[in-house]
Amino acid sequence: MGKTVLTIDDSRMMREMLLMVLQGAGFNVVQAEDGKQGLDALSRTNPDVIITDINMPVMDGYGFIENARMDARYRSTPILVLSTESSPEKKQRARQAGATGWIVKPFQAESLLEVVRRVSA
Amino acid sequence: MDSFEAIKQTYFQECDELLADLEQNLLMLEAGEGDGDTINAVFRAVHSVKGGAGAFGFEALVAFAHIFETTLDDMRSGKLDPEQDVIKIMLRASDVLVDHLQAAKGQGVVDEERAATMSRELEALVGGGSNEETAPLSGESGGDEWGFKPLMFEVDAPAPAAGLTLVMRPTATMYAKGHDAVLFLRELERIAHAEIELDASALPSLDALDPEASYLTWTVRWPADVDEKAIRDVFDFVGDDCPIELKRDAPAPPHQPAVDVAAMLANIRDAAGPPVVTEEEHEEKVASPAAPGGKIESKSGAAAATIRVDLERVDRMIDLVGELVINQAMLAQRVAESETGRSSSIAMGLDELEQLTREIQDSVMAIRAQPVKSVFQRMPRLVREIAGATGKQVRLVTEGENTEVDKTVIERLSDPITHMLRNAIDHGLETPEERSASGKSPEGVVRLAALHRSGRIVIEVSDDGKGINRPRVREIAVNKGLIQPDANLSDDEIDNLIFLPGFSTASAVSNISGRGVGMDVVKRSIQGLGGRISIASVPGKGSTFTLSLPLTLAVLDGMVISAGEQTLVAPLTAIVETLRPKPQDIRPIGPNAALLAVRGAHVPLIDVGVALGLRDTPIDATAGVVLLVEGEGGARAGVVADEIQGQRQVVIKSLEANYQRVGGIAAATILGDGRVALILDVDAIIASQRDRTEAKPIALAS
Repeated sequence: MGKTVLTIDDSRMMREMLLMVLQGAGFNVVQAEDGKQGLDALSRTNPDVIITDINMPVMDGYGFIENARMDARYRSTPILVLSTESSPEKKQRARQAGATGWIVKPFQAESLLEVVRRVSA
Repeated sequence: MDSFEAIKQTYFQECDELLADLEQNLLMLEAGEGDGDTINAVFRAVHSVKGGAGAFGFEALVAFAHIFETTLDDMRSGKLDPEQDVIKIMLRASDVLVDHLQAAKGQGVVDEERAATMSRELEALVGGGSNEETAPLSGESGGDEWGFKPLMFEVDAPAPAAGLTLVMRPTATMYAKGHDAVLFLRELERIAHAEIELDASALPSLDALDPEASYLTWTVRWPADVDEKAIRDVFDFVGDDCPIELKRDAPAPPHQPAVDVAAMLANIRDAAGPPVVTEEEHEEKVASPAAPGGKIESKSGAAAATIRVDLERVDRMIDLVGELVINQAMLAQRVAESETGRSSSIAMGLDELEQLTREIQDSVMAIRAQPVKSVFQRMPRLVREIAGATGKQVRLVTEGENTEVDKTVIERLSDPITHMLRNAIDHGLETPEERSASGKSPEGVVRLAALHRSGRIVIEVSDDGKGINRPRVREIAVNKGLIQPDANLSDDEIDNLIFLPGFSTASAVSNISGRGVGMDVVKRSIQGLGGRISIASVPGKGSTFTLSLPLTLAVLDGMVISAGEQTLVAPLTAIVETLRPKPQDIRPIGPNAALLAVRGAHVPLIDVGVALGLRDTPIDATAGVVLLVEGEGGARAGVVADEIQGQRQVVIKSLEANYQRVGGIAAATILGDGRVALILDVDAIIASQRDRTEAKPIALAS
């Protein structure tokens, strides 16, 4: 029984790439295009791991993490930030919002899987 | 196409959309209409382009996007004002970004010098100094067959090294953020084999246990030398949520035997249990989410339900519907031939079928219809470039971008529009000095509009320039032998002389309009699409090019006529009226030519059979029918045919694709009885007659 990963990214290409990598490794993938959709998706699925982008329209990644963490059911769900940014301030902000880890885009398929497997173990 | 290539294509597609939005939003900012959201959207577009580019190793694209992004970030954070001059630079930067993307697609090269200049201009906006991070993503080139580049993960930091003791005391906050002590222990184990010890002395009895609190402390000991930084890196992301103490060579006496990680895991799971929200916390959490949640609701709900369909599938469907129309027509003909009466149930069922077929056809056509926006969006850049090259100030105003037209037509609109815009700016508009001198604003306005008119799409390109210099046009036409020096032409006719082959008003061939392509070529390519182009001009006030095209290139409303043994179809849009001429209205002007008097005007009579070489001598026009047709620029002629069979919608089949180009014939179709019928190219037929009469101007004058 595969684990479920919720991916939140406004880029279709990024979503497809994550889908391919994760599905190929046997994960179930649920996709959302922004933070708001991500929250909607949370209530429908109960993901084991969440991977979210930061810069998105409607609701950005920080907003998503903060909102998700307010829900008791997702207080401990690992949330990985996948972003092109890597400044300490941005990471700090994500950490304060409640992110579990930070992956810098572009990512290497194998390494991403390793991280996802590790936090979902 | 493998899946990686497919994702790359998705990326390019996405970039095209992003860049179009980028330009749109920048233009809004330039016009002073944008707000914070617009700036955010601009930033995100460049950011996304960069994000994807990194994954495919498009180094140059990434580098440029990064500089662009840095500048936009300053604008986003309010450090840089979105004033007009700044936005103008950004608009040009977006052009360069497009070039980079095209190069990444393998379609064209980047003008290195221009890109470098642009980068410098952008950097200057940021304040010059910050050059330190212009190569954003570390130069390590991606290794694997994916072209992916290495990942950085905060929890991950493998490195060898020694002799340390670490005490970690996770706080409740750390657990609340989805971290798990086990993961850190595993990480630490990975750095080098360690002895791990759990201190569970703080753990209260079960009834006093707060499931959300943190009671456990771990002590990790490495016997050999370990890289201290690697250990600290493990905790980089959790920071204060998990305070650690690192001590060198301070072996604490073990109170409990060391446990392995698996056993540890069991311990924590038992100890912590599933997280539960306490009352107090619960209250504070419910209070805030309502605000962001409520505000966003409408946007997300309004997301249009769309699907992406491969164009091939739609085209296949259009083909099939075309066949259906033909088949239905054939069936109708059989029923008619079987003399089952018009009110028979078969005939009535067939009527319904016909109506349904037409509806299906309309629906399928609607699927392919697209707004002209995609073409219009490319034009601001062109206008900027031409304005830059000619030193003129131009403002482009677009209207009716959402006007829909068949995809095949859209694809072919770009070239004529491009050329008309070039012409409008290069030849139509005056220089800023000239404009000021004649009391106009130094900035010229070029308007590009699309609208639907009587089943066709009309594109208008107008400028507020000097208008057509009629005496000059006339002079050139005479010099080039295009018209007789004493020809009596109306203003309109003079204006339309510019469409004649070999005509060019620019005294020096500028490298903008004069690329060896004149308006005659534009006209011909438009005619090839079943379109018309004309110009109207007011001296001193400007000119308007009007281009009209059929909404689709797949079907045509036609009049089926016969000439000799042949069945032909005349496009209904070209037919003004049909009539049976009276003998007294026909004025012979030679052995094989005649004029027809229609409401006081005289039009040449053309026997379509002769024009197409189906017979040698024209039939008596009074015995046949005359279709009064109108071609481009309003030239009229009477086309003589044997008889009219009826009016119907026909599916256009390209003759060029299936056979070869034939003069006077635009395309072919298959009729209800299965026979192939040729569709007339009305303009070519009128032109053939004009050629003949122009060769004998005396005949016309008599």
